[in-house]
Formats: sequence, C-alpha cells, structure tokens
Amino acid sequence: MELLKLIRQPWPWYVAGSLIGLTVPALLLIGNKSFGISSSLRHICAACIPANIPFFKYDWKHEIWNLVFVAGILIGGFLAGQFLANPEAVQISPQTVADLKALGIQDFSGLMPGDIFNVANLFTLKGLVFFVLGGFLVGFGTRMAGGCTSGHSIMGISNLQWPSLVATCCFMAGGFAMTHLILPHLMKLF
Amino acid sequence: MEKIEVEEMLACDAPNDMKREEGFVGNLKYGVVGILFGIVFVKAEIVSWFRIQEMFRLQSFHMYGVIGSAIVVGMLSVWLIKRFRIKTIAGEDVVFHPKKFYSGQIYGGLLFGLGWAITGACPGPLFAQIGSGFVVVLVTLLSAIAGTWVYGYFRPRLP
Repeated sequence: MELLKLIRQPWPWYVAGSLIGLTVPALLLIGNKSFGISSSLRHICAACIPANIPFFKYDWKHEIWNLVFVAGILIGGFLAGQFLANPEAVQISPQTVADLKALGIQDFSGLMPGDIFNVANLFTLKGLVFFVLGGFLVGFGTRMAGGCTSGHSIMGISNLQWPSLVATCCFMAGGFAMTHLILPHLMKLF
Repeated sequence: MEKIEVEEMLACDAPNDMKREEGFVGNLKYGVVGILFGIVFVKAEIVSWFRIQEMFRLQSFHMYGVIGSAIVVGMLSVWLIKRFRIKTIAGEDVVFHPKKFYSGQIYGGLLFGLGWAITGACPGPLFAQIGSGFVVVLVTLLSAIAGTWVYGYFRPRLP
C-alpha cells in the first residue's frame, strides 16, 4: 500500500495550504457560505446560553451549517488520528526542540507536548494557564476581532479586505509577544 | 445604534447567504467538507502545539507556507468567482462581505494571538485536537466558548 504509506507521512505545506485554500471556493459554491470557524463558538453561545444578550439574539439555526462544519472537523481529526497517524514524532526544527527543552518541556513524542496537554494537569496551575486562560483568550479575542485565522487571514485576505490584514498582523504580534516575552516567565511557575 | 447592531449581525465572519433552506441532509455536505478539512489539519500538523511554537520562533517555514499558499489559492478562487460571475450549485450569485475596520480588530487580534501561542490552536484546530485524541482540549474549547460569551456580555462597553 504505497498510497497509504504516502498519506500517513506528514503532508507538505503546499498540499495542505492548497487544500485549505480550496475550502474557500468549495463553501462558497456549494452553498454560498463564507469560510470562518470562530463564529461556531458564537452560535454555541446563542444556542445554549443566550441569556438575553443582544449579541446572541439571532437566528442561529440559519447558521447551523457552521456547527455541522466544525463537527466534521472533529470527526476528521478523529479519523486522521486513528487511521492515518504518522508513527514518527513530529519533525520540528532542532532549534525549537532545544528552546522548548530549555523551558522545561520533555515529551516530544506526539503532536502536542504530553507534559502539558494531559488530563492530570487539569486542576493544576499549568492547566489553568494552558487550557482555561489560553482558551478564554482565543474565544474572547477572536470574537472581539470578528474572526480568526480562517475568517480573517484566509477568507478576509482572499477577498482583499484590509481590516483582515490588520487583524492578521495583530494575531501574529500577539503570538510573538506570548512566545518570546510572556511564555518564558509562565514556564518558570511550574 | 440599533442600525449598527443589525449591520454587525450580517457581518458575522461566516454568514450563510444561501436563500433556500437546506434541511438536515443539505447541511451534511458541510460536515463532509469539515471532515476533509479536519484530516488536512492533522496530517499537515497544523494542530500541533510544536508547529505553532516553531512558527512564532521563526524556526521553520512550514506554517508560513501553509497559511501563505492557502491565501494564494483562496485569493485566486475568489478572483475567478468574481471575474467569471460563477454561481453556486443552486444557481445563486455568490455573496461577498466587505469587512469594516474597527479597533476591536486590533485589541481582539492581539488577545487572540496571545491565546494562540499558549494553546497552539486557533478555533478550527481546537476541534481537530479533540478529535485526534487530546481529550483535555475540551476544557480549552469550553473556555473559548466562555470567552466568546463574556465578550458578548461586555460588548456594549468594549471597542
């Protein structure tokens, strides 16, 4: 099974990038849907806990395609993890490995560092930072910005919208600040 | 004020502009696109916290290549759709939404960036991480939903 062997290997950037880019016309042409993922979080709020907040009072059922789409992403993640997984560790740059080792990360065997993304860390300070605080910033920030990497960086820039380019630059700036200025101090706490 | 509210509502980042109702089976096709998308996320290691760290440390081209080529293909597709007035399979005109600038895109963008580097995930990969077996990311997702809710709650007082 040469093909399966090929699929199991990590896919090169140009294959993955092209397929992700093709999601834009695919969604537009099969149903007039603009590509965007963070809006699913808003629809979940609107469906489950609208609490009379105007921002969540809209016809979320009209946007249900977005929830079906993210459910598909979850299933796709399961299928890839279960049947197409790469048996090797992620081939990240040796420099990154060295930098992360210096920060105290030891487990480089999976897609995610096992010493952080572990159920045992759930009720620890590490869990509070990496899951609760991190997740909160992702949810709050994307909604405040009106989109995430998909809605702004891919859909927005593809449609030549300069506010999306501004938002994307801010995503990157925030990420650089966290990685270089804040994360080294955070990691000293554990 | 009311008027702005309505406009913002339409400018939700991933609106459904299809005029006809699609029903359960019709919506399944977005699930299929999602499944393919989730597989790409995992196979290109975009869901990997390590890859995001590598990107923010400028130590690999991988993530820049993925995002860059996605934008090029997306841009070309949008241009083709506009240039040749390609219609949807249901025969409707494709609707595009201009994005209006507001300062929340800067502040919110920076906050999301901070979270991106901690969780190693934007909203899409969060779902794929959970699917691929990192069950604990469910907590991250719940917290992201909470973050969205808190933004909605304080929205009238925020930029």
